[in-house]
Amino acid sequence: MKTVTLAGAALLLSTLAASAWEPTKSVEIIVPFGPGGASDQMARTIQAIIQKHGLSKESFIVVNKPAATGGEAMMDIKKSLRDPHKLITTSSTIYMTPLATKLPVSWQDFTPVAMVAQDEFALWVNNESPYKTLPDLAAAAKTASPPLKIGGGGSKREDELITFGVFSELNTPISYIPYKSGGEASTQLAGNHIAAETNNPSEDVANWRAGLTRPLCVLSPQRMSYKTKITADMSWNDVPTCGEQGLKFNYNMLRGLFMPGNVTPEQQAYYVDLMKKVVETPEWKEYLERNALLPDFRSGQAYVDFLTADEAKHKDLMAKAGFLSTN
Amino acid sequence: MENISLLLEGFQVALTWHNIAFMFLGVLLGIVVGVLPGLGGPNGVAILLPLTFSMEPTSAIILLTSIYWGALFGGAITAVLFNIPGEPWSVATTFDGYPMAQQGRAGEALTAAFTASFVGAIAGVVLITFLAPLVAKFALRFGPAEFFAVFFLTFCSFIGMGKENKAKIVVSLSLGFLLAGVGIDTISGDMRMTFGVGELMNGFDFLVVVIGMFGVSEILLTLEEGLEFKGKKARIDPIVVLRTWMQMPLYFMTFVRSCLAGIWLGISPGGAVAASFMGYGLAKRFSRRGKKFGSGEIEGVIAPETAAHAAGTSALLPMLALGIPGSATAAVLLGGLMIWGLQPGPLLFVEQKDFVWGLIASMYLGNMVGLFVVLATVPLFASIMRIPFALIAPVILMVCAIGAFTVANSSFDIWLMLIFGAVGYAFKKLDYPLAPMVLALVLGDRAEDAFRQALIGSAGDLSVFMDNGLVATLMIISFALLLWSPISELIGRLLRRPAVAAE
Amino acid sequence: MSSFDPYETESGLSRRTAECTVAVILLAIAAGVLWDSYQRGAGWNGGPQTGFFPARVAWILLAASAAVFYQGLRASDRVLVTWVQLRQVGQVFLPLTLYIFAIDYLGIYVASAIFIGGFMAVFGTFRWWAIIAAAVLIPLVTFWTFELQFQVPLPKGPLEIMLGY
Repeated sequence: MKTVTLAGAALLLSTLAASAWEPTKSVEIIVPFGPGGASDQMARTIQAIIQKHGLSKESFIVVNKPAATGGEAMMDIKKSLRDPHKLITTSSTIYMTPLATKLPVSWQDFTPVAMVAQDEFALWVNNESPYKTLPDLAAAAKTASPPLKIGGGGSKREDELITFGVFSELNTPISYIPYKSGGEASTQLAGNHIAAETNNPSEDVANWRAGLTRPLCVLSPQRMSYKTKITADMSWNDVPTCGEQGLKFNYNMLRGLFMPGNVTPEQQAYYVDLMKKVVETPEWKEYLERNALLPDFRSGQAYVDFLTADEAKHKDLMAKAGFLSTN
Repeated sequence: MENISLLLEGFQVALTWHNIAFMFLGVLLGIVVGVLPGLGGPNGVAILLPLTFSMEPTSAIILLTSIYWGALFGGAITAVLFNIPGEPWSVATTFDGYPMAQQGRAGEALTAAFTASFVGAIAGVVLITFLAPLVAKFALRFGPAEFFAVFFLTFCSFIGMGKENKAKIVVSLSLGFLLAGVGIDTISGDMRMTFGVGELMNGFDFLVVVIGMFGVSEILLTLEEGLEFKGKKARIDPIVVLRTWMQMPLYFMTFVRSCLAGIWLGISPGGAVAASFMGYGLAKRFSRRGKKFGSGEIEGVIAPETAAHAAGTSALLPMLALGIPGSATAAVLLGGLMIWGLQPGPLLFVEQKDFVWGLIASMYLGNMVGLFVVLATVPLFASIMRIPFALIAPVILMVCAIGAFTVANSSFDIWLMLIFGAVGYAFKKLDYPLAPMVLALVLGDRAEDAFRQALIGSAGDLSVFMDNGLVATLMIISFALLLWSPISELIGRLLRRPAVAAE
Repeated sequence: MSSFDPYETESGLSRRTAECTVAVILLAIAAGVLWDSYQRGAGWNGGPQTGFFPARVAWILLAASAAVFYQGLRASDRVLVTWVQLRQVGQVFLPLTLYIFAIDYLGIYVASAIFIGGFMAVFGTFRWWAIIAAAVLIPLVTFWTFELQFQVPLPKGPLEIMLGY
């Protein structure tokens, strides 16, 4: 009951605040990845929610700009100073792409709107593999020759960074095999072509339910909260954290929104409010649960603080892994 | 057969009036998005996706897959009429389709392309109907080494020694490989061959290159030869469809070959583009009229279209059964499935029987509706050729620019299109073959990625490509195909020699 | 292409020059790639390095384009394209370049209107009202299809912004 009234009050308040500025034409949500991926799905979910609940008079359009691993989308937002009709979805590529390629762009060039969730990562193995815990995998990796094959999506991106984080702490050599996407890595794991891979829950849930793969542990500091059974006897909540199995390294990935720099505070406030309304809807909660995302809404200073700390963490980790641009 | 009774139930789900209306609507929209190079199937599906959230999932997926079928049919139209492939897999269709249109046989070429699409798609659906669970398991056996072998096989089936200048074939092929390699290397994550140009980070998109090399350069060539489309005198013949159909049984073997190649690449999953090239290559090699390919052979239209659609359709199978999208459109559909609360994956067939079989039934029906609609519009499309050149040429160039832009919403790509237009013009004037370049561009980096992934896993040991029965078989067939023409030529020469000597 | 040459008497670019020029450009591309690849490492380090394949392919390209160059030297000096033909191609290539340049500043719709109108006026035999109708209607229909119906944003310029899009 309480949350319902709260949500109602928030809705009322925000409609009052929003009267200050409203979009006057359709708004582009720029996705720095191709259609079908996790970022794209999030943008399309937001779009559908805004449309279904009539949260805006103007329509929202999803535009995919995958060129230059999202670099082009970021440059586009950087160039669109003062344009209040553009949003960009972000993940940790917002730090990683500029750091890895020396692209002259940073999230500080943009106006932060809000972080809408955090994405979890887990270490997955084939369901029939003998490894039950992380130490099992580590022990096998120590003696394997040729080294164990660990898969992931992309090279020098979050999956390889996590793989580096985990196995450098375990101090075991492995061969990281980059695939085009997390989905491909999951299929390769199901076909037993690799020993393990790092994926978001959403990228692997189908194969988990079908008994082809299973999560060894999640890389978040806390267990996931979702208690609905995914397989016959396991829910997301039953998956142990890697921390419980002795690993210090942990990793979560932000999912948030930005708009171009130099917009007015009213314009920024409009989108912050809009996102507040979006994350209150049942459809959003359904989306979070389906993809096992960590609900974590932050705007204003809280968002900026998070970004600053998270960027520093990435920079440090990337330097250790040797992913920083050298030329 | 449990599957048949399930399929019949599926037909009952799909065969309601409003679902059939959705099919017509979807197919028409799909043709529109397929014809405009800027709007592919993914756009059409993505745009309508939000509208379908309030619909019942079965009706929604029928509407969206019909767009998919429509777009698949539509891609061939611009390929045949203007040498601009509307979708990547229609590139091979231009090789013989466009010469046919120039000879005034556009109607015939379009009919052949559409009919071939239909046959290929139905072959794919039949496969899904009867072998779904089995095939899904098979797809899991493909690791990096097997992927490489499949791409290698595609190459070997397409690259024979043509009649063109051999040095130029090699130039074209290696240029294609180099273009495919530009940008961020998947394996190392480093950039290469960008020479400091940031826009090249993601490399050259295949569609941009093709729009420039085929579409723009064709207009430049036409201008040089005097401001007129050669196909202008195309007769508009209402019974062209029937006349073309009369010839179809002659090409039975081509249909069979292409269906098999397409299905094989669809489930492996090498993809529809690879399939279209392999279909064309196999037909060229094994058909009696193979030597005439490239000069307007109807078989050269049938072969790639059948293969592409057999692959495109059977590629939906891994999507449903494993949750791996076989194409960008499939990826958007996949997103749609999840938004409707359906989880694609091996359990979909068990948990959502109604939905799956309704969908499969709609594949049969959607393709029939599609064939009906496109054949009815053949005379209409063929008559586009009669529009004065000075009006249609700038419009085509505008459509090319839009097409290049929308690939990645980047205006740099329009400049690339212009450059490749000039390159295409020079290459065509100097008789460089373009097909090997396009093939290398499509498959080059994927083949390289798979090769290197396999070697990372084996710690550099090349024997990984002979490791198991599947990959070894693929490699052996590839080498056999590669060596087929030199060997058969040699045998032919050996047999002929005594006859010459006796003279 | 054609085995006989109807333009033999006219002056123009000879096949020999064209073949050799293209071959030299190809040689330059191959050299550039080789330089780039060896800088990044083109060896075999537990599997091929980043530059391994590009370098091997570039060597092949180098050899093949050298062969083309050699053939080109011995090619006939017959005319490949006459200057008249080249001028005709240039007459479209230059406006096309300007058109693409204009897209960045005027947006694709205004630029297309000018391009289509100009093309029809120069190359066609249309009446003035047909030219204006086509130049206005085709971009309008395109706008309606892409921006309004399919919601695919294309490059827009000052005019569209003035109209509130």
